[in-house]
Amino acid sequence: MTALEAGMLSQTLLLVVAIAAALATPLSWRSRVSGTFCTLLAAAGIVTGAIALAGGTGSLSIPTALPMDPLALSPDRLGGLVMVVVSVVGVLASLFGIGSARVASASRTAWLSMAVFLFGMQLVPAATDVVSFLLFWEIMTLGSTALLLAHHATRGTVASALVWYSAMSQLSFFFVLAGFAMLAGLAGGTGFADLATIDPFTWQASVAFLLLLLGFGGKAELVPLHVWVPRVLPEAPGHVAAAMSGAMVNIGVYGALLVVVRLLPDGPAWWGVLIMALGGVSALYGILQASVASNLKVLLAYSTTENMGLVFLGLGASVLLRADNATAAADAALVAALLLMLSHAAFKSTLFLGAGAVARAAGEMNLDRLGGLGSRMPWTAAAFGAAAMGAAALPVTSGFVAEWMLLQALIHGSRVDGEVVSVAASVAMPLAVAVIALTAGLALLTFVKAYGIAFLARPRSQEAKQAREVPVIMRIPLAIGALLVIGLGVLPGPLAVAIGGAVGPEFTPDVRTIGLAGIDARGIDAVLDPITFVVLAGLLLVPVLIVLFLSARRHPTRTSPLPWAGGGSRLRPRMQYTATSYAEPLVRVFDDVLRPSRDVEVTHAGESRYLVERVHVEQSVSDVVETRLYRPVLNLMQRAGILARRAQNGSIHRYLSYSFVALLVVLIVVSL
Amino acid sequence: MTGAAAIIIALVQLVLFVFLAPVLIGVIRQVRARLEGRAGSGIWQPWRDVRKLLAKNPVRAAGSSWMLAAGPVTLLVSSLLLCALLPLVGTLPLPLIPSDLFVIVSVMLIGVVALALVGLDAGTAFGGMGSSRHMTVAALVEPTLLLAVYALSIPAGTSTLSLIVETRLANPAVIISPVSLLAMVALAIAIMAETSRLPVDNPSTHLELTMLHEAMVLEASGRDLAWLELGSWLKLAALLGLLSNLIVPWGIVTDFSVLGVIVGVGTVTVKVLLLGVVLSVGEVFLAKARLFRVPELLAGSFALGLLAVTASYLVA
Repeated sequence: MTALEAGMLSQTLLLVVAIAAALATPLSWRSRVSGTFCTLLAAAGIVTGAIALAGGTGSLSIPTALPMDPLALSPDRLGGLVMVVVSVVGVLASLFGIGSARVASASRTAWLSMAVFLFGMQLVPAATDVVSFLLFWEIMTLGSTALLLAHHATRGTVASALVWYSAMSQLSFFFVLAGFAMLAGLAGGTGFADLATIDPFTWQASVAFLLLLLGFGGKAELVPLHVWVPRVLPEAPGHVAAAMSGAMVNIGVYGALLVVVRLLPDGPAWWGVLIMALGGVSALYGILQASVASNLKVLLAYSTTENMGLVFLGLGASVLLRADNATAAADAALVAALLLMLSHAAFKSTLFLGAGAVARAAGEMNLDRLGGLGSRMPWTAAAFGAAAMGAAALPVTSGFVAEWMLLQALIHGSRVDGEVVSVAASVAMPLAVAVIALTAGLALLTFVKAYGIAFLARPRSQEAKQAREVPVIMRIPLAIGALLVIGLGVLPGPLAVAIGGAVGPEFTPDVRTIGLAGIDARGIDAVLDPITFVVLAGLLLVPVLIVLFLSARRHPTRTSPLPWAGGGSRLRPRMQYTATSYAEPLVRVFDDVLRPSRDVEVTHAGESRYLVERVHVEQSVSDVVETRLYRPVLNLMQRAGILARRAQNGSIHRYLSYSFVALLVVLIVVSL
Repeated sequence: MTGAAAIIIALVQLVLFVFLAPVLIGVIRQVRARLEGRAGSGIWQPWRDVRKLLAKNPVRAAGSSWMLAAGPVTLLVSSLLLCALLPLVGTLPLPLIPSDLFVIVSVMLIGVVALALVGLDAGTAFGGMGSSRHMTVAALVEPTLLLAVYALSIPAGTSTLSLIVETRLANPAVIISPVSLLAMVALAIAIMAETSRLPVDNPSTHLELTMLHEAMVLEASGRDLAWLELGSWLKLAALLGLLSNLIVPWGIVTDFSVLGVIVGVGTVTVKVLLLGVVLSVGEVFLAKARLFRVPELLAGSFALGLLAVTASYLVA
């Protein structure tokens, strides 16, 4: 038995133990025991994935009673990479769950399905054939659905969110199933090795590609299949949301990678354009919605759509450039897409865990009622701040390195040796750069808002005033997550090299380490060494600090209970800007896209038209995709349902006549 | 050897711009004052302001966090990084950190974010208002800024700013090509917005309706205010230096020599101050645009940038 096989077996064993633990332990210490086993399960995933990433081999067969090939699990290097990413998030979420899961989220169902969910996610990238891929895909979906279901007793809104989630995940599953079925029919086998022999330039391959793109895009929360995200993630507790948004979306990305890297590499250029368009629209739409959201978890949920959009933008650019023979830039774009995925996993899980900590401490997710948490919860604030910097792609975080790589790949893509590669590329690349730039700008605003309104300034409600820092067991995963965000940003070189190895042998990016751990992308002639950068900034800081200390020694700071306050003397916390007012200029600028509904109600004092007693403002931004695309379909289905109800009035005579007609139809059809 | 030379040039740039930035602001204010028929306070006033502010006790609001102290320093360091990395006096790239366009923009954004957080931290309505408007403008400026420099990067085939400047020096025909002109106009508008100048922001008023930058620094005092002001001035000076080197690249040092550095220092000083005078004269004749007209201005500049990029692919 090889190390890889042992790793996969140990995951299965740990799943059984974790399920048993969830069922057998009493509530008072269930979170501690089950959380520990879930952590171990995810840790086993990290080890197994690392072995696969390092090139370990081994295969685990699952015999079935069905007349087909036995299911085989054998992750390649790319699968290993995704397994590591998913499992790291799993460890963070489980650790956090030990401290945070209480009452409903510590129920037997919750911990049991958490283990199943983690197990499913960790083994999807190990699948080597369609059937086992779909099997673990469904285990993952089932686990996450049950996990959400565990909270329905305490919160009324969970049920409706869950309906959306189930419907959308089954829609995704349907697309993936149909796509794979089409490919399997073409190839005459269900193994991924068989599927890889298909010629991507047939129309059947293109139809299968479209179906798979929709299916995997739905899991990766892309527009227009993202509608479940802003409903489901706010209902989930912090650690569940972190696992779903930090890890599960990566499985969607893995599916897309599987298609464009392993199964159907060298596809036609229009595939790339289509993926880029899907990604670009998702990125812009996601960040626009995130920037105007006032609920912290809704904000983070929409920002996931944005980040996944960027990942797909990179993937699409890679396909397009490869079709245009700009191989070096194509490979760089692929590495960038994977870097984006990794960095997103790190910062988004930290952000959701931070949101979970805030929810526990203040019992409030509405940014308009938070504030001043930085001084009350310094650990959470520091971790959330570092992760928010990653999400805003500021140096020197992982998000910055990833976006830098993507932009470099794009601007070097349109020309090879001074020749324009294709008209499509020379229009798509500038547009993509503009989309990324606008996305980055809006992400900056979004996360300045999220951090600034929640953690800075003064508390806007009593709950926020009484918030306390979370216990140590919850701070540990927050700290690890924040360190990952910074660490991957400061030492990106080895990571990029590992990614370069993982996408081989079809893709061979020329990425090396330079300096201490910087990236040297030879193919596109781009160099970035974050450590030198940090050192330079540190050197520049020295003289500033010297002047600062000299000045501070002679002129110490005074604290005034009544600052200048814009000239006013009755300054109350309610007079501060809130998240809603912070985004107000943006709502106006993007009025046509966001279509906010605003309701202003003015109560006058007495008879006067000029003396106002109170002003009540209500603003809500709805999801245009939901109201314009899904609502009509749902309404149509509902109308069809009402019509169908007329056919069933409970009368036995009518049912008998239906059977009779049906029988007649069958007989006529048979006799034809 | 080139590494050592590059470090010397970076040091020269730093010292020069820390000295030059307040003078530039002084010149801009003085020219404006004279054109408006006022005596003005002289070109050294900004320097005297900084000295005065450093010798005062900062007053911080009760309940504000460490951000009020750290934010200004962050802004200053980010502006200093700009001065060290941009090709101002010379084009020799520092080892391992070339003046990459995307890195430069991100460095600038660190300063933008620091300032916005300082505005929020004081917990007043003004600070939040300035911060919100500032970030909205910053979000809309970024695409323009990146596209404009992307367009400039195409003839050079690289996103490293010092190489772009070198290409323009070696081949001046590039400078007056239509693509380059379009990109320069887009870049100039983006830089005006980024540095809070007219018509996006009025740097010389404290009127609620017009404030962006000033609203955020209202609660800062003493050395906090000194860092914020110095940081903003440095950013303006560095970006004007970049703009002037893109329009008129002559005089910049490409091979290290003592005489060359002296010439480089002299020319960049003259270029920046001249551009400052032009800016100041232009601002006399401009009124501030309504806040919600600013996106239109930026959208126009974005269109120019996009036109420049696609044109350079399809026409050239």
